[in-house]
Amino acid sequence: MNDAAPLLEVRHLQVDFHVGGTVQRAVQGVSFSVARGRTLGVVGESGCGKSVTSLSIMRLVPQPPGQYAGGQILFDGDDLLSLPERRMRDLRGGRIGMIFQEPMTSLNPVYTCGAQIVESLSVHSGLKGKAARERAIELLDLVGLPSPASRVDDYPHQLSGGQRQRVMIALALCNDPDLLIADEPTTALDVTIQAQILDLMGNLRERTGAAVMLVTHDLGVVAQTCDDVVVMYAGRVVEQAPTAALFADPQHPYTVGLMAAVPRIDAAAGRLATIPGSVPPPWIEAKGCRFASRCPLADTRCRAESPPLRDLSAGHHVACWKAPIEAAA
Amino acid sequence: MIDQILRRLLISIPVLFGVLFLGFGLLVLVPGDPAIVMAGPTATPEIVAAIRTEMGLDDPVLVQFGTYLGRVLQGDLGRSLISNKTVISELGAAIGPTAELMFACLIWSVPLGIGLGTLAAVSRGSIIDRAIMAISVAGVSLPIFFICLMMIQYLGVQWRLLPFIGRGGPLWTLEGIRHIALPALSLGAIFIGPVARMTRSSVLEVLKLDHVRTARAKGLSETRVILRHGLRNALIPVVTLIGLQVGYLLGGAVVTESIFSFPGIGRLAVGAILSSDFPLAQGTILVLALGFILINMIVDILYSLLDPRVQT
Repeated sequence: MNDAAPLLEVRHLQVDFHVGGTVQRAVQGVSFSVARGRTLGVVGESGCGKSVTSLSIMRLVPQPPGQYAGGQILFDGDDLLSLPERRMRDLRGGRIGMIFQEPMTSLNPVYTCGAQIVESLSVHSGLKGKAARERAIELLDLVGLPSPASRVDDYPHQLSGGQRQRVMIALALCNDPDLLIADEPTTALDVTIQAQILDLMGNLRERTGAAVMLVTHDLGVVAQTCDDVVVMYAGRVVEQAPTAALFADPQHPYTVGLMAAVPRIDAAAGRLATIPGSVPPPWIEAKGCRFASRCPLADTRCRAESPPLRDLSAGHHVACWKAPIEAAA
Repeated sequence: MIDQILRRLLISIPVLFGVLFLGFGLLVLVPGDPAIVMAGPTATPEIVAAIRTEMGLDDPVLVQFGTYLGRVLQGDLGRSLISNKTVISELGAAIGPTAELMFACLIWSVPLGIGLGTLAAVSRGSIIDRAIMAISVAGVSLPIFFICLMMIQYLGVQWRLLPFIGRGGPLWTLEGIRHIALPALSLGAIFIGPVARMTRSSVLEVLKLDHVRTARAKGLSETRVILRHGLRNALIPVVTLIGLQVGYLLGGAVVTESIFSFPGIGRLAVGAILSSDFPLAQGTILVLALGFILINMIVDILYSLLDPRVQT
C-alpha cells in the first residue's frame, strides 16, 4: 500500500458480543492499515462489523456486552487495546477524531455547538475562555458553516442535518487529529450535502495530512474519495486493494456482487441486481467461507474450509478459494 | 422568558377561579352551619337566624359564590369564625413556616434523591443499585404518618436527639433548624424514592444516547461524561416529576404539620375544617392551590433553563 510505516495498523482484531448466554463474533480477525495522508475506505453491508471495527479503534465498544477477544490495534506503535484508560482518553478526541453516522443525535441538545467544541479544546489543547471560543469560531468557519460567529452560540436543534454534521466534523478536527475516523458520515444526509461533506473531508485531509478511515456502504463514495479499500463481510475482511485496482478487477464474488448492485446511469433501467440471501447471523458458527451460502461459485471446499486472506498481486488481497476469477461480465 | 411567565400567569387565572369554586362548593356541601359555629352553643334559634341573614347564608348558592368571589377579588378573605382574626393575617402567619418546611424538605431530599439515582444508574445491577432501589421503594410505600411516628418514637423520645413539637423560630436560627429537622426529614423521606427512581431510569436512558458516545469520543473522563452529558440531560424529566410531586408534598405537609404541631398552612387547614371555620378553610385551600401553581411555574421556568429546545 504505502512504503511509510502505517499510522494505524489493525492486526487480527476480534470482537465478541456476549448476548443472552451466547457469544457473537462481530469482528473476526480483521487486519488492515492506514498511512498518514491516505484515505482508507471500509465497505460492507449493515451488520458486517465495520462500525464495531471503527469503534474498537476508539475503544468505545460498550463492555459488556462487547469484549476485545484478540488481536492488536497499533496506533503509532502503541497497542490501543492494552493502553491504560487514561492514555486512551488523551487519544480520543485528541490524536484520533471520530465523526459519527447520526448528525441529528450525536450532539448534546442542551449545550451550544460552540460549548461542545470548547469542551474538547479545553480537555486536549488546554485552550480556555476567549481563546477557545475564537478557535471554535475559526473551526466552524473552516468546515464551511455560514456566519460562524453567531452560529457558535446556536443549539444543535437550531441547525439543519448538514450543518450539524459540519459541527461534528469541526469537533472531530478541533485538536488536529492524526487519524480521522468517519463512520458513515454522509449516510443521513441528502445527496448534495453528501458531496459537500466529502469534499470538505478531502480538503481537510490535504491540508492537515491526517490519515482518514472512511466507513461506508456506498461504493460511489469510496470510488470518489478513497486511496485503498477494505471490503468486509460478516465480520471478516474478504478483499483489500487500492481503489483503482479493486474497481477495475474485483476478485471476491461478494465484491463483484456489490458492484453489480450499484445502479448505473448508462444501463437500461430494470430491476436492480441483488445478492441473493442475507448475511449469516453472527451466532451461526460456520466452518467454511461465510459467503458460501450466497456465492454463485461456491463448492464443497468453500463450505468446509475458511479461505485465508492471501496476496493476489501487489497490495491486492482476497479471501477466496476461487480467486483469481475472471472479471464479471 | 418574561413572555412565558406572563403566559403561565394568565393560564393560572381560570385555574384559580376553579379552585375558588370547588373550595366554596365543598364547604357548602359538607354538613355544619357556619352560623351555628359563629353564634356559639348557647345561642337561641332567633340569633342563629339573624346571623344567617347577616352572613347572606339564606341567599341562593350562586349569589353567595358571587359575593364571595367579589370579596376575594378585593383581597378580603373574611374573618376566622373561631379566632375572629382576619383570614389574611392567619394565613400570613402560617405561610412562612410552611415555606420553610418545604424548603428544608427539598434542600436535602432532592440532591440526595438525584445523587442516589445517579449512583444506582451508574452501578446498575450491582448490590448498591439494589440497595438504593429497595430504600426508595420503602420510601414510596411507607405512609407519611408512620414515618413521622417512627421519627418521634426514636429520634425524638428514645434517643432525645431532636425536638418534635412546634416551631423553634425562623429557619436561620439554631432552634429553628432543630425544630424543623424531624418534620423535614419525615417529609423528605417520602420524596427521595420517586426522585431517585426517576433519576436512575432517566440517566440510564440518556447514557444510551448517541451524544454520550460523542462525549466519550471527545476523550472526556467517565465522571465528566456522566455528570455533564448524562445527568445534565437526565434532569429534565426529573424536574417535571419534582413539580408534580410537590403537590403530593403539600398534602404530606398537612399530615406532617399536624403530627409535629408545626404552625403551618397544613395544620391551619386541618384545624379550620375540623372546627367548621369556613372562611379560614377556604383561605387555606386557596393558598395551597396558589402554592401549587407557583411551584409549577418555577418548574416550567427551570425546564426551559435545562432544555433549550423548550424555549423556541
